[in-house]
Formats: sequence, C-alpha cells, structure tokens
Amino acid sequence: MAEDRTTQTHLIELQDIYKIYRMGDVEVRANDGISFAIDSGEMVAIVGKSGSGKSTIMNIIGALDVPTEGKYYLGGVDVGSMTDNELAEIRNKQIGFIFQQYNLLPKMNLLKNVELPLLYAGVGDADRRERALASLEKVGLGDVWKKYPNQLSGGQQQRVSIARALAGRPSLILADEPTGALDSRTSRDVLNFLKELNAEGNTIIIITHDNSIAVEAKRVIQIHDGKVIFDGTSEQYKERINGK
Amino acid sequence: MKTSQAFFMAFSSLVSNKMRAFLTMLGMIIGVGAVIAMISLMDGMIGYTMGSFSDMGADTITVNLMGKGSKVLSDKQMYEFVDTHEGEFMDLSPSSSLQTAVRSGDRTMKNETISGVSESYAQIQGLTMQSGRFLAYADMLSRSKVCVLGTYVCNELFDGADPVGKRIKIGADTYTVIGLLKEKGDSSKYSADDCIYAPYTLISRAAGSASPMGYTLKMKDPERSTQAQQELEDFLYDFYHDKDCYMVTNMASLLDIMDDMIGVMEKILVGIAGISLLVAGIGIMNIMLVSVSERTREIGIRKSLGAKQRDILKQFVIEAAVLSTIGGGIGIVIGGVATTVLGNAIGVSCAPSGKAIAIAFGVSAGIGLLFGYMPAKRAARLNPIDALRSE
Repeated sequence: MAEDRTTQTHLIELQDIYKIYRMGDVEVRANDGISFAIDSGEMVAIVGKSGSGKSTIMNIIGALDVPTEGKYYLGGVDVGSMTDNELAEIRNKQIGFIFQQYNLLPKMNLLKNVELPLLYAGVGDADRRERALASLEKVGLGDVWKKYPNQLSGGQQQRVSIARALAGRPSLILADEPTGALDSRTSRDVLNFLKELNAEGNTIIIITHDNSIAVEAKRVIQIHDGKVIFDGTSEQYKERINGK
Repeated sequence: MKTSQAFFMAFSSLVSNKMRAFLTMLGMIIGVGAVIAMISLMDGMIGYTMGSFSDMGADTITVNLMGKGSKVLSDKQMYEFVDTHEGEFMDLSPSSSLQTAVRSGDRTMKNETISGVSESYAQIQGLTMQSGRFLAYADMLSRSKVCVLGTYVCNELFDGADPVGKRIKIGADTYTVIGLLKEKGDSSKYSADDCIYAPYTLISRAAGSASPMGYTLKMKDPERSTQAQQELEDFLYDFYHDKDCYMVTNMASLLDIMDDMIGVMEKILVGIAGISLLVAGIGIMNIMLVSVSERTREIGIRKSLGAKQRDILKQFVIEAAVLSTIGGGIGIVIGGVATTVLGNAIGVSCAPSGKAIAIAFGVSAGIGLLFGYMPAKRAARLNPIDALRSE
C-alpha cells in the first residue's frame, strides 16, 4: 500500500486504484491496487498484454471511467469521484485522445472533425475555425481540410486524430495503441511525431501491448494482472526484456 | 455547447443522412397531410350542409297537413291562431305544392315543383327580387295566374334573360312571370334557386285541395322555438284530436340536432387525427431508436471529446424536432393541395382550415419532440467506453 503523497507536484497521481467488475458471482479485479505518478512533460508508455488491465487504467486516466476504490488526481484535482458531466468537462479541457481506430466522424470533413472538441468547449465560430486549421497545419494536413476521413490513408487519418487531440490544448495526450492499425513505416512517422510533440512540452501517455513501441517512450510502466510490475526508464526496460 | 451550434450540427447531420431523414419524415408527412385534408374536407362539407339548412330559414316552423276526413283547417283559422299568439309568431304563409311540367316555347322542365305561397312568404324566407315584383295580396284574392322564378328556372327556360312579362305554361295553364328572385344558392338543380312561386289559392286548387296543404310560420324569437312549437302543436291537436293528421317541423331545432351531430363527428375526427399523428410519432421514435443504436460509436466519440449528456440530448432532440417540423411542413403543403383537389372533385368548396393546420403542425412538432426525447435520453446516458467499443 502506498502512503498518501502530496498531490501538488504531479500532473497525474494514481493512489491505490482498484477497478473491480462483478460478472455473476465472479469478481474480476481489472486494476488491483495501482499507484504511480506522472509529471508534466513526460512521455510514458503503459505496456501490458491484453487482459492485463492497461485499458482499464487508460479509461480511468482518460476520465472515461472512475475507479471502484482509490484516488486519481489530475492537476491536483480529484477526478476519481466526479459526476458524469464533470468527467466530460475534464475530457474536453484536459485530455486529448488518440485512438487505434482514429475514431473520426465519417460524415464530417477534417476541419469539422478537428473542431468538435472546441465546439463542446463552447469556443466561438471564428476562433474555433482558426485553432482547428492551425492544428491541422501542425500535422501537415492544413491544405486538405475539406476532405473527408475516408479519402485519406490510415496514417493521415491518425494525424487528423492527433490534430483533433491537440486542438483543445490539453494538459495530457492519451494515445491508445496509436500505431495498432498502421504499417511499420507509418507507425514510425506517427511515433516520431508524438516525440516531437513531447519535445515541445506536451505530456504524452501511450498505451500499448507492443514492447517495440513502448521502448520509444522515455519511461515505461508495465502492468500485469492489474498490478504495476515495472516502472522505470526505457533503457531499464530494454535490459529487462532483453535479459529474459 | 450553444443551442445555435447544436441546431447547425443537427441540421448537417440530417443533410448527410438524407435517406434516413426522409424515411423518418414520411410518417409525419402522411400523417399531417391526411389530418389536414380530412379536417378541411369535413369542415367544407359541414359548412355546405349547414349553409343549405339555414337557407331554409332558421326562424321558421313549417306545418304539413295530411288532413282527416271532413275536418279541414282553413287558412282563416290559421291566421286567427297567429293573430292570437303574437308573442310567439310574427307572420305566416300558407303553402301548397304542385309537381308538373313547365314549358316556355320549346323548353320543357319535367317534374318541376311549383310552390303556392302568400305575399308574405318573401319576407318570411328573406327572398329578394332581382327584377319585377313578388306576389301581392291582390293576386291571392283574384287567383291571378302569375308566378315568380328562381334563377335556376330562369336559366333553364330563358337562358338567364330577364323573364318578367314573359309567359310560361304550368301544366295546362298559362302564367305570366312577374318577378325574378336574386340568386340565393348556386343556381343549380335542387338548390334554393330551383323554385317557382305562385299564389297559394291557385295552386291549392290546381293540386285538388280546398285549403292549403301546409303553412310556414315565422317566429318572433328563434330562441323560444320549442315553446312556439308546443303552442302550435296544442292548437293543431285541439282541432284534429289526432297527432297523425299534421306534422310540425322546426328548423331551429333541426339546426340544433345538426349542431350536435357535427360536434360528435368532429370529436371522432379529432380522435382519428390523433391516432394518425400518434402513429407518425411512433414512427419517428422507432427510427430515432434505430438511429441511436446505429450511431452508438459516434456518440462514444463525441462523449470522449467532451460532449456532456445534455449536449448529446440536445443534438438528438433537435434532430427529431427539425425532422418533425420539416415533415409537418411538407405534410401541410400536401394536405392543402389534397384538400383543394379533392374538394373540387366532390364539388364542395374547401379551403385548408387554419385550425387543422395549427393542430396538425403543433401536434407533429410536439410528438416529434416527445418521441425524439426518449431515444435521445438513451443516447445521452450511453457509457462512453461501451459506446466506443461498438462497431
């Protein structure tokens, strides 16, 4: 059990997180007492096999879900006990999601897709368009904003979803298997882009099952059976997996 | 999110799903169209029927005498009755009728009804002259062979030319036309303009009766028609001592009955209209529910980007409202066109009634909101994780 720590210095602080599902009589502990902290400006990979509980911890970090027990502080604010609408507010203002399947809305053009989080934040028309366009330009797709997602390659679509994540100027970018649907060359492009964003000061968390992706981050947290079994630099992690 | 933005978003979502939007609206279009056509046509028919009835005079009571053996009620006795019941009755006109062929030159009207009336009949029934004069008291006394025509008869016999002074043959006798009445109906057969009036003294005799076959009485106050009818029936019973010898018809009470019937009909109509619109509303709810499950992933994406429950709710409710409003609007146009076309086809002048439009539109928008709300509520409550996982 981790002792109570101060919540002021870290961007993210998880204290003894439990997420317990009941399936009939069986109790499934997806997160079984997880604690770690992430500071602003870090690039962290959360790695684990399927069923390890990494998706559950991602949902909690992403304010899509709340823990059964334990405390989750984001920017010093207790997110773990928030209501639905407060969580939506957190997702909107603090978190930029990048999904494996891009999750762009097919009936909207790229600009409208990137504008969505700003729309829900209530940003005015002109400002919204300007920020969305700037975001698209940053990922190199500013001149094709009129296109629709299905007119783009997978790598381009993932860049649109990165643009969408950036548009809201979040304090945290949360990427769930961001390269899972891409070939190795495009994967490298996307990873390099995420590194660039990190170099500019963005905090990035990548959730992946793939060790070769995980080692690209500066820090790796390995989850197994709902518990943290490794937390260290990527060099240390490389040694760990090579040593096995 | 601002409501104006939500409106814009709902609108563009509908535009990008034209087929789904159209199918959703179809129920509304048909429902609203049918309701407007139905109510407007009924209104037109009711108006037409009521119009024909009030043409016959709402403040009159008519008496038909079947007679009994030797007991003959003379016109003199009837005039005395009216004189002694000044409180209820103002005037009366004896009436007799004769059905025979009417000719002028080579034009013949078979089976035309000639009404024998007195000089006061024009005033009782509110008849006004187009040209010439109405029958006079002197015509009754002298049994002059003179007559007054309605516009339908005038059109048939004289092609609408002024008939005053011309001669027509009624049965075997030759009559002089002394007046033409102003058009009261639409100058068609069986309308109020299909009439020939002649002195009752003459027509009673021609019909083979010593005294008039009936009377038309004008009441002082149609509000007290029941009382007036009672007095008249008492008088007739005192004379005949047999209820089967006479028949009293009170136009005012007939109108009351008509009013009641129309009221019932309108209630049934409103019921049918309500059911149609309810079905249309269920159609909207059905498609909205399908649309919610079809768009679960979209809802998940929106929620992950920070859409609150009320944002999703707003989007779906506005979509439903926009759909039902547009559907209702198209339904109004179709209902209006159908009313005019069908009205022309059955020969009743019908205009789409404002009441029908207001009801149909109000109910369609209301039902759209109501039935759009439930699926929208469901969409808003979806858990973003489950919604994102759905394919």
